[in-house]
Amino acid sequence: MAVPALARQDADDPAPVENAPSPRSWGRAFADIRAGIAQRELWGHLGWQDIKQRYRRSVIGPLWITISMAVTAAALGGLYSQLFGQPIGTFMPYVTVGFMIWYFISACVLEGTETFIANEGLIRFLPAPLMIYVFRTVWRQILFFAHNVVVYVIVLAIFFQQLDEPYTMVRNNPHAITHPGLSWWALMAIPAFVLIVVNGLWVTLLFGIISARFRDIPPVVGSFMQLFFTMTPIIWTTDLLAGPDDGSPRAIIAVLAKLNPFYHFIEIFRAPLVGQVQSWTHWAVAGGITIIGWTLALIALRNYRSRVAYWV
Amino acid sequence: MVSIEVRGASVEFPIFDAKNRSLKKSVLGRAGGRISEQKVPVVEALRDVDLSLGQGDRVGLVGHNGAGKSTLLRLLAGIYEPTRGRASIKGRVAPVFDLAVGMDPEISGYENILIRGLFLGMNRREMERRVDEIAEFTELGDYLNMPLRTYSTGMRVRLALGVVTSIDPEILILDEGIGAVDAAFLEKARDRLRDLVGRSGMLVFASHSDEFLVELCDTAIWMDGGVIREQGPLRDVVSHYKGRDVFENLSTETLERLERQASTG
Repeated sequence: MAVPALARQDADDPAPVENAPSPRSWGRAFADIRAGIAQRELWGHLGWQDIKQRYRRSVIGPLWITISMAVTAAALGGLYSQLFGQPIGTFMPYVTVGFMIWYFISACVLEGTETFIANEGLIRFLPAPLMIYVFRTVWRQILFFAHNVVVYVIVLAIFFQQLDEPYTMVRNNPHAITHPGLSWWALMAIPAFVLIVVNGLWVTLLFGIISARFRDIPPVVGSFMQLFFTMTPIIWTTDLLAGPDDGSPRAIIAVLAKLNPFYHFIEIFRAPLVGQVQSWTHWAVAGGITIIGWTLALIALRNYRSRVAYWV
Repeated sequence: MVSIEVRGASVEFPIFDAKNRSLKKSVLGRAGGRISEQKVPVVEALRDVDLSLGQGDRVGLVGHNGAGKSTLLRLLAGIYEPTRGRASIKGRVAPVFDLAVGMDPEISGYENILIRGLFLGMNRREMERRVDEIAEFTELGDYLNMPLRTYSTGMRVRLALGVVTSIDPEILILDEGIGAVDAAFLEKARDRLRDLVGRSGMLVFASHSDEFLVELCDTAIWMDGGVIREQGPLRDVVSHYKGRDVFENLSTETLERLERQASTG
């Protein structure tokens, strides 16, 4: 009989060495991941539970997620399109999609730091692979995200006309980029989201382990995320910075924006959905970060997996 | 084949107080050079534990508060991996520790049963098949639809025992605290636990109750200050620990039942 919970224990003992069994082994780290995947019914259920929990006894329940997203998008989209003099028909979808994916990314980072701390009770009292808590956290964010997709569909329905033809985001700028408008390229958002989820997993795992040991990390990460929100083109667009590379402050900001890792992840997802030109460099950067991040996270899992129960 | 092998295992907890548990200390400490020699204080909860348990073992765990009983149980459950030495556990483990933990007070008894079962390695379908049986055993009836926070301690014990005993674990690990149920249910739980241990595997049970120990276990381990002080037949070990023969105070009824059990099997 397949008993997933046991994978960890069974894998404990590949070759019984009497005195030198290191809990730090790749075998055990990967066994933890495999066992975590096998227990998908568990973390799937827990993730749902988290959402239902949050809206327990509320009349419209998780619909609030959708509503609050819609309100944010409408308010900020409306306000900033006026402030920056950008056509609302293209700016509103831009802000909506940007927010959707930013919420997902920042929640993975912020709640990732809490993932083992918040599950302290379970970790100390039930033997289970660590990965189920990682999957639980990320799965919860995916469910939130799914609620927000509804807002995109509505916004798209309203502004489809403006997005369906070539457009520029900015008025009165001779250098403004002309975007091609929506096409079947929109489907590229699906692999982009998958890649973002894969990154959400290592972020949650790595930050979760570090935060379990060093309790200063969650607040530090919290303030950095505030900063990154401002620096990432979500309520503003890099089109505002378009122009010759002449060393002006505008051009410097344009370069700085490219050094921000979040920008690339947002861009691979957002550009296809609002019909904007997209550079393959975003995919290259995102792919590179995925590889580096997972390498670090796997090393952390190998070395500190068995320590987390002691730290929480 | 169910087995637990523990060799020279120690469990040491680093104690990070608010100051130690920060990046500041390790970053600044390292920059300052030698001063960082002051380490995080470590509590040695278990020291050099050697233990070998096999199928059919029913082990009682006795010792004063803080002697390391719960830590040993968690080591045996695979929650803590030893910081030194080794521990290899083969078999499906079902632990019941602190009853409030791992149970969500806001969700219904049914949902808690399901989640508990999933944690113990069941899948949803298997748990759905068992829910009726658990409901019957726990006698909680319609209460299972109520949020867990409305339950009394005794009702929680019933729920927890209902789940672990229904899933046929090979290694059952019980921490003290199951004494909170009433006598009638105790009778029922005892039969079920006996049955379970007889059928499948191994029981490790920490308790202060003579009666419980005598009923469920045949060997015992006496923990003292993080080490195994004595290990052997239940009567000897518990008598040494308590300083008197544990069988003296048992009711004749219990003794008779024990005798019957001994003769039948």
